[in-house]
Amino acid sequence: MRLLTHNMLSSNIKGVTNGFPLRIEVEKAIEKQVDFNPDFLKNMFPKIDWKALLDASRTMGYAELPDETPDSSMLDSDEFLRKFHHALLELHLEEGALVCPETGRKFPVNKGIPNMLLHEDEV
Amino acid sequence: MKLKQLESMLGDFQQFSNPKVELEQYPTGPHIASRMLYTAETSFGDVSNKVVADFGCGCGTLGAAAALLGAEQVIAIDIDSESLELASENAEDLELDIDFVQSDIRNLEWRGQIVDTVVMNPPFGTRKKGADMDFLRVALKVASQAVYSLHKTSTRDHVKKAALRDLHASSAEVLCELRYDVPQLYKFHKKKEVDIAVDLWRFVPKRNRRNDV
Ligand SMILES: C[S@@+](CC[C@H](N)C(=O)[O-])C[C@H]1O[C@@H](n2cnc3c(N)ncnc32)[C@H](O)[C@@H]1O
Repeated sequence: MRLLTHNMLSSNIKGVTNGFPLRIEVEKAIEKQVDFNPDFLKNMFPKIDWKALLDASRTMGYAELPDETPDSSMLDSDEFLRKFHHALLELHLEEGALVCPETGRKFPVNKGIPNMLLHEDEV
Repeated sequence: MKLKQLESMLGDFQQFSNPKVELEQYPTGPHIASRMLYTAETSFGDVSNKVVADFGCGCGTLGAAAALLGAEQVIAIDIDSESLELASENAEDLELDIDFVQSDIRNLEWRGQIVDTVVMNPPFGTRKKGADMDFLRVALKVASQAVYSLHKTSTRDHVKKAALRDLHASSAEVLCELRYDVPQLYKFHKKKEVDIAVDLWRFVPKRNRRNDV
């Protein structure tokens, strides 16, 4: 699972009001290279929750993203875009879990696939 | 990529070995899948460089077609772990990088408007009435650009009315009518193959949620 996917998933348990972002527990993280596409990144940037991406990338062992939410002038910087690209599209959570920030309920991730299925009493 | 080429690359896909009746697991054939995504790309520009979600991915044909046509990110969702395993093997065979998520479409809660396009062959609702409309409701919430979907031609008027009136579509258009072979997967099908008429739809969601990120 890429962090782009993580940036939109939220805990969908009944009664949970603040299910985003899911905390990441890493057992195994991997990297897969993909082509660098600056136009896609510029288009995606305003839709991304920066804090969630920042925390997720640090948890995954990548510490290069800036702390503060970058303003859009950063999008002219090739160096910034490459870091954003790497964090968003190349880091994968392969084994571990996503944890609901409100209830602590764990959604397991196996072979890169998060299992977001709910139990009967959670729907 | 040419249409023929796309169709033949999807032709090697493994299909459900033990289809689950209650989940309406019949494969979207390469003929329909390739036309669906090819039209989305060449007529509307809804695939390349986009984020595309495949709802009820089954064997993964639609998501794979999107990836082959240059989608930047494909997210494929199914409720069934065997489907997901199969779809990820199929994607691996073509060296496609697709994200899979196991979830019930009806309970999907996604933040923001990150997904541009949803493609899907929902359960037609022959087992659970309205299953296809459940998918459509969520798809129209998640997509910011367009939803491509297959529905039985016999339900055309109903689909149009519900999409525009209840599901926040700003337009609902049938692009073409196709023949869909539902192979004899299930005992209750008397004939060897049931050939039904389905419509390929394109829905456009209302844009009012676009800026709430
Ligand atoms: C008609 S098949 C789709 C076939 C697929 N497009 C392909 O290329 O093989 C419908 C799929 O929806 C899945 N499904 C059924 N109900 C679901 C639900 N509530 N949530 C998510 N997936 C569901 C089934 O497991 C099945 O794989």
